[in-house]
Amino acid sequence: MTTFGWPEFMFIMRSAGWTLLLTLVAFSIGGIIAAILAIMRVSQNGIIRKIAGTYILIIQSIPVLMVLFMSYYGLSLFGIQLPSFLAASASLAIYASAYLAEIWRGSIESVPYQQWEASSSLALSRPQQYRHIILPQAVRISLPPTVGFLVQLVKNTSIVSVVGFVELSRAGTLVNNATFKPFQVFTIVALIYFMICFPLSRYSRHLEKVMNAGHNR
Amino acid sequence: MPAIIVDNVHKSFGQVEVLKGVSLSVEAGQVVAIIGRSGSGKSTLLRCVNGLEQCQSGKIEVAGHVLNYDPKRLRELRKDVGIVFQSYNLFPHLTVEQNIMLAPRLAKGLSNEATKKLAVEVLTQVGLVDKIDAYPDNLSGGQQQRVAIARSLAMQPKVMLFDEVTSALDPELTGEVLVVMENLAKAGMTMLLVTHEMNFARTVADTTVFMHQGTIWESGPSAELFAKPQTPELKNFLGASVHKNNGA
Repeated sequence: MTTFGWPEFMFIMRSAGWTLLLTLVAFSIGGIIAAILAIMRVSQNGIIRKIAGTYILIIQSIPVLMVLFMSYYGLSLFGIQLPSFLAASASLAIYASAYLAEIWRGSIESVPYQQWEASSSLALSRPQQYRHIILPQAVRISLPPTVGFLVQLVKNTSIVSVVGFVELSRAGTLVNNATFKPFQVFTIVALIYFMICFPLSRYSRHLEKVMNAGHNR
Repeated sequence: MPAIIVDNVHKSFGQVEVLKGVSLSVEAGQVVAIIGRSGSGKSTLLRCVNGLEQCQSGKIEVAGHVLNYDPKRLRELRKDVGIVFQSYNLFPHLTVEQNIMLAPRLAKGLSNEATKKLAVEVLTQVGLVDKIDAYPDNLSGGQQQRVAIARSLAMQPKVMLFDEVTSALDPELTGEVLVVMENLAKAGMTMLLVTHEMNFARTVADTTVFMHQGTIWESGPSAELFAKPQTPELKNFLGASVHKNNGA
């Protein structure tokens, strides 16, 4: 049995870096997919709306863990062995895409319909309305819940430890197995999660306050 | 040829028939006011004219465009037909100048310099050049509505539609907006307006149209219509609004 020392601590810190990277990749790729889905969800074409809606419904109705198992173990049955980082970030990106899409669809829809009427009466085309009138306002509205979701995503990355990817939680487990100092180890792990999430939560709340102030003026 | 022709227009929302065969025409340079109770279909009629509402049957022709709901042709029509709304509907994330410059630049493809010049021009017309860099949230209701009028004017429309543009304003702010509209009328703009301002309709509009239950109940030269209403419904309506005005 090893003692809990500097090397073990550094190992946990490095793994926290993987957690951040995982979050970043999942958020970016998930965000791109979500942006497309959100636009599809407010399309004038019913079929396009349905396709995006079905995707979102399916993803939101199954646990991330199942998506993870399917991409890691499921694909290996067909001879495709994804590296654990790839399987992990792909699964989280799929998960994030469905939730972000719904947040952003809601934001687009909460721009008052009069903004559509006013801009279409000024002879703007639909893409111009999105680009110059609707999306800039929707982005503002979406910021607090988006940052809020980011906090969820950081915490949910811990789930990928089950496919053997060593991120913050998995690193804690490994160090604990070697040192058997669960209280110290997991307190440190929890503190690191907290240090990532707390500023984000505060920022989200701050954004919300700023927006509301803007509204009441 | 009239600037606006509305011919036997029918419009229903679900089971409710809001317009039951409405016809009217507005000559170029004329000002026509539509008055009537809430629910008489006057706003719906106005919104049909620029295609914001689709009518089920009938023909509408504005500024030489036959109304057609094909997006491209609708945009062509809307380049020539401005509309001002009750709730201003300025773009809150843009400054006054950007609000005005946006459509001429995007829809008509004017250069940045040209639209900048245009913004100063139309703001001068509504007396708000000093607010050019303000955001809509920092303006009073009356100022916002004047910016909305300026924004429409920047498209250099041939016809302007006004949908109860003073109804959301505090009484002391309606005057500044009405003055801007009166000046527009004097400058020869073709205007179709829905209004509750009876004085304005009587003194500025060439023709006033009284709508009742989805039809044009009575219409005529404003002075005559207000002095000698023919139908009991109009008499009743005018009586009620005179009473309301005195009471206020």
